[in-house]
Amino acid sequence: MKIHEYQAKDLFRRYNVPVPEGRVAFSVEEAKKIAGELGSFPVVVKAQIHAGGRGKGGGVKLAASLEETETLASEILGMTLVTHQTGPEGRLVQKLLIEAGQKIERELYLSLLVDRATASVVIMASQDGGMDIEQVAKKTPERIIKVYVDPLMGIQGYQIREVAFGLGLPGAAMKSFAGLLSNLYKLFVAYDSSMVEINPLILTQDNAVLALDAKVDFDSNALYRHKDLLEFRDLDEEDPLEVEASKFNLNYINLDGNVGNIVNGAGLAMATMDIIKNAGATPANFMDVGGGASSEQVENALRIILADDKVKAVLINIFGGILRCDIFAQGVVDAARKTGINIPVVVRMEGTNVEQGKKILADAGLDLITAADLSDAAEKIAAAVAN
Amino acid sequence: MSIFVNKDTRLLVQGITGNEGSFHARQCIEYGTTVVAGVTPGKGGQQLDTVPVFNTVAQGVKETGADASLILVPPPFGADAIMEAADAGIRLIVCITEGIPILDMVKVKNFLATKNCRLIGPNCPGIITPDECKIGIMPGKIHKRGSIGVVSRSGTLTYEVVDQLTKLGMGQSTCLGIGGDPVNGTNFIDVLSAFQADDETSAIVMVGEIGGSAEEEAAAYINENMTKPVVGFIAGLTAPPGRRMGHAGAIISGSSGTGEAKIAAFKENGIHVCENLGQIGRICKDVF
Repeated sequence: MKIHEYQAKDLFRRYNVPVPEGRVAFSVEEAKKIAGELGSFPVVVKAQIHAGGRGKGGGVKLAASLEETETLASEILGMTLVTHQTGPEGRLVQKLLIEAGQKIERELYLSLLVDRATASVVIMASQDGGMDIEQVAKKTPERIIKVYVDPLMGIQGYQIREVAFGLGLPGAAMKSFAGLLSNLYKLFVAYDSSMVEINPLILTQDNAVLALDAKVDFDSNALYRHKDLLEFRDLDEEDPLEVEASKFNLNYINLDGNVGNIVNGAGLAMATMDIIKNAGATPANFMDVGGGASSEQVENALRIILADDKVKAVLINIFGGILRCDIFAQGVVDAARKTGINIPVVVRMEGTNVEQGKKILADAGLDLITAADLSDAAEKIAAAVAN
Repeated sequence: MSIFVNKDTRLLVQGITGNEGSFHARQCIEYGTTVVAGVTPGKGGQQLDTVPVFNTVAQGVKETGADASLILVPPPFGADAIMEAADAGIRLIVCITEGIPILDMVKVKNFLATKNCRLIGPNCPGIITPDECKIGIMPGKIHKRGSIGVVSRSGTLTYEVVDQLTKLGMGQSTCLGIGGDPVNGTNFIDVLSAFQADDETSAIVMVGEIGGSAEEEAAAYINENMTKPVVGFIAGLTAPPGRRMGHAGAIISGSSGTGEAKIAAFKENGIHVCENLGQIGRICKDVF
């Protein structure tokens, strides 16, 4: 689960990770009020959306006065911000973070994430702050410091020193940095984060370190034990169909193609998307109804896909293991009866109780196209889209 | 021969009295697996059909000599169940549970490094040696005994591959899913080296997906260490970056973990690449 920068900074404050003074504003008036209360200029006006690259896209600006804060806030609030992470359609800016400007001595990079290969938490740091870290890793990998923390032991003093010296921090900044990193690690573990990134982390002219930006991502598997994080969820940043699907525990991702698809199992669902592409069409979504889906979930899955205007045909591909084909077929029939199907639907079913499943579909008298196997399904979906 | 499980495997099922636990325990028994014990805390002394239920894995092992465990418990209890099995001396732990927090698995993995056991999963369909032993949730009847080893990060995608192999007359030595989570137990290389050493296995199908670099590492291993032919498939070539595709581990982060990079690694290392899932059975027939 992603959250906004201002929310991440609220969490940082709770864990004594230093951040600039500032607050979120939902209107130009609020932005002005906050800038006034900060008491000095410049202030930074920052668009709050769930995507990186905001500065380059024109969503982060410095204001030297109250008047300029007002001008910039009214420009940015309500703009559609396009960055390399938003796609060409961009994101509507509905919130701003108004922050006190800082006297920056150096810009650094610091992040914590779970390293899959070593099953540990890795601290990544670089002197090249404020830049795209992927580019730094590619062009100058020697400028990235990696320290692996044993999760059973937690972060150790020598590891913090290794990062600090690697960043070339002056002795006077050591204490400030040690506090920041050990508190950041505590936050990371306490909230089951999958990533915490500060880019840039700044060294100020009086040798303090401060998180100028904050990005936190949480492990969705662990949200059940962090109910307090749910208040951070921002439905405005999510696709409406994805929000609807999440209500029924459906793994759904809206894409920009024309062939809707419903599959059980994530691997088979990805492979089915690839098959659609190979057949000369493009997938309109990823939809995994899961191993043990109920008829009701299947019904909602089909309803959500049919509600998507760009969908010109649907491919249903089920390999019944835990999910029985008869349960699945009943869901399809229920959805068809309630919402009606007026585009071609190709069904390919195999596995547990497949005969009962096929019988349910046949008896319902629906206008479905049945496919014998995957190659057959691919041909039929290609033909359906071509018509 | 086969790898990891055979007719002598004695299985204990953790979570045996739950809905999924009882259903799949019975399915395993029906397939022919020797299920000797079940565990549900607080239900010790009960029975599932003829299988005795114990409060702890340690009791179950002591009373029945179980050497393998199948875990079907809800995600908040998954990590604990794995550690309990490892501590009780279980040799092979198969964890089906999907949705265990990643930091739990990070701890488990480090804990297991101090124990003498193998973990398969979590978030996997399990393992089957056809006609001998099924530990998992896969439909047993699509399998057929033979000489092809199948290893995959997915569940239903594995069934699809196995089904095509069986329909074309190619049986399997052992099939297993290593799971779709970013941090798991047994990895591709562990399985590949076991298949290479197994007399019965003559060829291997390896099914990967986007996210991480396990396929790239496996490809390099195959090139250097394996003489048996391998057919490889990667799911998720059309997946957008930055989105988690159902499996917690199936995510392209920045420029790493793409399907293109994995397929390129397969090709560079002499793996026969299948680019269309509908054809994987036929490709195996041609190559093997």
